[in-house]
Amino acid sequence: MANSDTTKGTGRLVHLRVKRQDGPDLPETKRWEEFKVPYLPQMNVISALQQVQKEPRTVDGKDVAPVVWESSCLEEVCGACTMVINGRVRQACSALVDQIAPNGETITVEPMTKFPLVRDLIVDRERMFQDMKKVKAWIDIDGTHELGPGPRESPEAQQERYPLSRCMTCGCCVEACPQYNDSTQFVGPFALNLVRLFNMHPSGALHKNARLETVMGEGGVQDCGKAQNCVEVCPKEIPLVDSIAQVSRDATKRLLFGWLLK
Amino acid sequence: MAAKSTIRSEGGKVRRVVVVGGGLAGLMTVIKLCEAKVPVDLISLVPVKRSHSVCAQGGINASVNTKGEGDSPQIHLEETAYGGDFLANQPPVKGMAEAAPGIVFMLDRMGVPFNRTPEGLLDFRRFGGTLFHRTAFAGATTGQQLLYALDEQVRRYEIADVVDEHGVSIPGEKMVRKFEFWDFLQAVLDDSGTCVGCIAQDLKTMQIKYFQGDAVVLATGGCGIIFGRSTMSVICTGTAASSVYQQGAVYANGEFIQVHPTAIPGADKLRLISESARGEGGRVWVPKDAKDQRNPKEIPEKERDYILERMYPGYGNLVPRDIASRAIFKTCFHEKRGVFNPKTGRNENEVYLDLTHKDEKFLRSKLAGILEIYEKFAGTDPYHNPMKVFPAVHYSMGGLWVDFEKDARGSLKAGSPRNHATSIPGLYAVGEVEYQYHGANRLGANSLLSCIYGGMVTGPSVASYQKSLAKSAFDLPKSIFEKAEKRCQDDYTRILKQNQENKSAENPYKLHQELGDMMLRDVTIERDNATLEQVLGKLSELDERVKKVACPDGSQRANQGAQFVRHLENMLVLARVIAQGAKNRDESRGAHYKPAFPKRNDADWMRTTLAKHEQKGAVKYLREFDYTCAGQSIHVTDAVDASLVAPRERKYEQAGAASAAATGKIQQPAASEQQKSV
Repeated sequence: MANSDTTKGTGRLVHLRVKRQDGPDLPETKRWEEFKVPYLPQMNVISALQQVQKEPRTVDGKDVAPVVWESSCLEEVCGACTMVINGRVRQACSALVDQIAPNGETITVEPMTKFPLVRDLIVDRERMFQDMKKVKAWIDIDGTHELGPGPRESPEAQQERYPLSRCMTCGCCVEACPQYNDSTQFVGPFALNLVRLFNMHPSGALHKNARLETVMGEGGVQDCGKAQNCVEVCPKEIPLVDSIAQVSRDATKRLLFGWLLK
Repeated sequence: MAAKSTIRSEGGKVRRVVVVGGGLAGLMTVIKLCEAKVPVDLISLVPVKRSHSVCAQGGINASVNTKGEGDSPQIHLEETAYGGDFLANQPPVKGMAEAAPGIVFMLDRMGVPFNRTPEGLLDFRRFGGTLFHRTAFAGATTGQQLLYALDEQVRRYEIADVVDEHGVSIPGEKMVRKFEFWDFLQAVLDDSGTCVGCIAQDLKTMQIKYFQGDAVVLATGGCGIIFGRSTMSVICTGTAASSVYQQGAVYANGEFIQVHPTAIPGADKLRLISESARGEGGRVWVPKDAKDQRNPKEIPEKERDYILERMYPGYGNLVPRDIASRAIFKTCFHEKRGVFNPKTGRNENEVYLDLTHKDEKFLRSKLAGILEIYEKFAGTDPYHNPMKVFPAVHYSMGGLWVDFEKDARGSLKAGSPRNHATSIPGLYAVGEVEYQYHGANRLGANSLLSCIYGGMVTGPSVASYQKSLAKSAFDLPKSIFEKAEKRCQDDYTRILKQNQENKSAENPYKLHQELGDMMLRDVTIERDNATLEQVLGKLSELDERVKKVACPDGSQRANQGAQFVRHLENMLVLARVIAQGAKNRDESRGAHYKPAFPKRNDADWMRTTLAKHEQKGAVKYLREFDYTCAGQSIHVTDAVDASLVAPRERKYEQAGAASAAATGKIQQPAASEQQKSV
């Protein structure tokens, strides 16, 4: 089963400029390195970096360690390979060379800036996963034993919920958010979207108030500065601004009238 | 005699089980262990939410029969056994088919946004190898949605305290401790060969560390990266399976590698276009005139060859994957009738997968996830243009051999410690890394099911095993673990240091490309003994050349080069198991097809391939072996337990042939009991 045509080169070169650093505690190793690698049909930034692995040599002829980066699915569904490419945060797998550098322009690749650096293009997004615990991003099921079907749901409700559920925890929205950084506690657009998602579900709604209360204090929904950058960069086109607005309304209602119900 | 407490060891430590891998199978195992009050250390190469299960698109099978078609678990069992060309032991398949409706309902309760009928019930669509609507789905990113649901439930256990027998929380101990970005290196075996933990490496700091565990569960997925480019994620190298295989675990049916008929060619990956595209009405065709240069939309219906509908009128575009892939391969390779490309002046290895006759709104609600992938990566709008696709390596039916114990009904005996046990006592395997449910060919939408069902079985099985232990792994001398840790540390140092001064040293990534190109070309859809002999020779050459690899990176942080060298060494070992197994099996069955032996040969080959590691470069194939589980010695043979559905020839030309026994269209012959183990 040979379909090796796609691995043949065409003589064309792809020019990469990569921001590198050897470790979080080694700021003195921060540097830009440039690579030229053979072009391949349907090439994306990942396959360009894979070419660097095979010939890890800069344009100045210096032998270097291959660039390191995080990746897994390569079809923009796992969220692993998020980086800043030509100044825009996105997944490297869906950054096609023909689209971002159709005439051989230099492609700049940098790590995200809102998370602790690990090395080169790898950052540590653990904070996002921790915040998913904080906002109780789950349905409180009683157990996995057989308890029959879940609640019925209209096709319209499912079609509203499904797009919100496609968040890959990739980090694009928080990278673009001016309010999200290491000096604030802001949970970020993705986490607020999860609050909305679970509050929409019939069983999830049973714990709606508990979830809302997690985003009513410091770092919660009022920390949003309404810059609306998040929705611009979300690769899954999740209506993040709508989600934040919904959670904000619900939180306000809870704040104003919650005491009446106590 | 069993230990006094299953929560604490004699020395007062919390007794944990290690689960390696955080895809659907691993996470479901973790949840079941937590429900059985067994604390877990969960080790994963990537944050579990990024595991390869996210790539599953089409759906999950369960014979809920919401369409009134008369579907039932019995039919699901029969079609799975038939689709797998009668190589799967049937009791586990029966257990899975019967549990499936309950599993889908559980996922529904977890909040998975499954598509709905107008009445608000779960919607089901058709998939390959069946005429029934049996596949529940969440758009076309079902695997992602299922993984997220389980990930969320596991997160609840990350904040849940471990509670002792008296109901008192143990300070600082949580039910689940996650170790993400950790690479599994080896199982730790005690002097009797029982698995008592594992060694893993932190991929950020490169620290190597031992994990004690009363049992270890591998849920580490498939090995598609051995074939270079496939539909699999870059993490699916099979390294963990290969490592424990080299420590003595038996590997079963390695030669059965599923090639999916429809993927988008790419430089780094072959991206899947789910079978659900055909389940929702997609049609595969090529122009009747091989030199037709017209835009496909201008080619009239009567000038198109709908190859699958023509060859297999009974199941049409929804024949099982092995059959569809061979038909496309034949059309493109042997008949040279792939889509003609005026730019290159030749017929490319591509066929059309056409959805343009379906309403755009319908497609958006059911298939947006995959059509978006096509649009992004192929750059063409699939709502209005036929997609161009070709087969790609997709799934490994084979994997670590695991046991099962059946009950009086011929299903799986719940809670038996034998279920999902590998041949190394204390080591379990679940998900794509094991071989149990799919025989010679997996039906679409059965993989998500087998992962979750496997997890539901493995959790209780491991809990039973733990209860049977006289001594906890946490009470063993530290030296056992330190010795194993030191061995792994030395091996890592070797990888970093070897050949650094060698001017003609090999680059591991280039070597991997050579391996992948060969495996993809010679060990996939059509297999030939002379070619396989050459493959084995080339593998011996690569075994020598891999010794000359120099690690391209000397860093002590996030050293992906060193990690890759290790994975490459392990991939070469499994590649041999696959290729040698393919060479040995002189018949055609499911995904394994030899033109020189075009028929299935039940008399000689209706048996499980059991591979045992001898040394690097040598595989021993067994007909039987003995292993110990929870103190009991068990004899295993390679006979297939076909006690529930009698084997017969597959005939997808005829509608209903796959379910003919359960639907009463043929007389089910008296079941021939072929006992697998006594």
